[in-house]
Amino acid sequence: MSDVTVSKPKTTRSWAWLGIAPFILFAVMFLILPTMHIIIGAFKNQQGEVTLDNIRNLFQPSIMASYWISIKISVASAFFGCLIGFAIAASVTLGGLPKWIRAPLMTFSGVASNFAGVPLAFAFIATLGRLGLVTVLLKSWFGINIYAMGFNLLSFFGLTITYLFFQIPLMVLIVTPALDGLKKEWKEAAQILGASGFQYWRMVALPILWPTLLGTFALLFANAFGAVATAYALTGSSLSIVPILLFAQIRGDVLQDPHLGYALAFGMIVITGFANGIYIWMRTRAERWMK
Amino acid sequence: MSKKIWSWLALVFGILYFGLPLLGTLEFSLKMRRGVYSLDAYAAVLNDPQFRATFSYSVIMALFTIVLGVIIVVPTAYWVQLKYRRLRPFIEFITLLPLVIPPIVVVFGYIRLYNTSSWLPLTGSAMGTNILLMFGYATLSLPYMYRAVDTGLRAIDVRTLTEAAESLGANWLTIMTRVIMPNVLVAILSGAFLTFAIVIGEFVMAALLNRPAFGPYLQIMGANRAYEPAALAVIAFAITWACMGLIQLVTRFQKFSRVAR
Repeated sequence: MSDVTVSKPKTTRSWAWLGIAPFILFAVMFLILPTMHIIIGAFKNQQGEVTLDNIRNLFQPSIMASYWISIKISVASAFFGCLIGFAIAASVTLGGLPKWIRAPLMTFSGVASNFAGVPLAFAFIATLGRLGLVTVLLKSWFGINIYAMGFNLLSFFGLTITYLFFQIPLMVLIVTPALDGLKKEWKEAAQILGASGFQYWRMVALPILWPTLLGTFALLFANAFGAVATAYALTGSSLSIVPILLFAQIRGDVLQDPHLGYALAFGMIVITGFANGIYIWMRTRAERWMK
Repeated sequence: MSKKIWSWLALVFGILYFGLPLLGTLEFSLKMRRGVYSLDAYAAVLNDPQFRATFSYSVIMALFTIVLGVIIVVPTAYWVQLKYRRLRPFIEFITLLPLVIPPIVVVFGYIRLYNTSSWLPLTGSAMGTNILLMFGYATLSLPYMYRAVDTGLRAIDVRTLTEAAESLGANWLTIMTRVIMPNVLVAILSGAFLTFAIVIGEFVMAALLNRPAFGPYLQIMGANRAYEPAALAVIAFAITWACMGLIQLVTRFQKFSRVAR
């Protein structure tokens, strides 16, 4: 009898270990090892010796220009994504709009934040391309030729506008619960103490929301920085942002040095890792107020 | 009152910004025949054997990815909930990694690690590459799948259910398939529909692994045709919308069934 009671927890434990084993194996083989291989490769030369040459080679003007335009697009689309997303979310939660708007807005945000990649590029070509709906309407109704004014969809500005299509909804999805978390009592307390609406926002609401806002900004930044498909479908390889440069490198070894490709990828991991680190850190801070 | 005006302005801006590209795409997709609106572009797309081949390839890949995701995620989330609570932060960190590491970097690693001259030459055959791609898709959907299932498991009393099943003599597999899974079915379905939406449109991994998936097909059409891409974008948007709609539907269904109990 005592044998049974002793052996039972033992068997459950071995089963439990088996329950997690596939996950660990999967994570190691298809997530961690491939990434480690790239990171280690970035610090080795063709002969397999440890070197910093690959990292140093990143600092040539053409590659730095790629990183710079990538960062610019990611910052711009994350910033305006946060700003516009916040404005829309605040209008719906605090701005006194009819209540029924909220549910469709959230559903649509769920759809639009997942509508990225190649089809998104098609949608913007059909809208703001040379023959796109808005381009043609502006020309025939108002006589405004945006292309003559220097607008180009295949540019920093065009790509930023396109990325906002998935950035704004993501912000709406994240910030709406945070705005709901602002308690009425806080506003009332501030008003009783004589605060104006502006003072309430500056000294109460924004400090509480700050971790959420900063964290979401970092998330949106990483989201834009890693995106390849939309930019590739939109511009081919004419706009050389980092992911597209890496894509071309993997496909055809345009840099003639595979280890420079590793370094390029390593640079991407560092930047998105840094941004996501801020996001995760800020999220844990923001959760303190969400109870 | 001025607050309300600004709110309406923000909403109108949002409707214009999100409505116009959808409208523009829809309008463009109908313009293939000169002078009149027609469904020619859609007919051309649907009759394209390449469309059918790549679309069904991606659908099958999505289904396999969902099965793989469930097999990987559900037991793990279950054991973390039941026995290994202190591992939770570690497991959660791993599930968030795919958001940190861009997919293009992950697939770059695959190509270098599992090429024909490596210890596991997955890219050597079409089937091997398919399997590799499936695992790649599973990493992409991991954060969403895990989050969905974990939330579902937290809502039920895993310990009591397990003990009840054990005292009735159920083994581990029975507990998993007949007790736990039915209870988190809604969560699994939510994760599954999101996975489906992600896999159907995915471009980078399929393109770099050279598989005939829907994403690369879209890109090739975009580079070579005028009206078909718009029709494809409308179709892709409809699929995304359907997936999100189904998630809401099953979640709502769960709410009703919970109340009824």
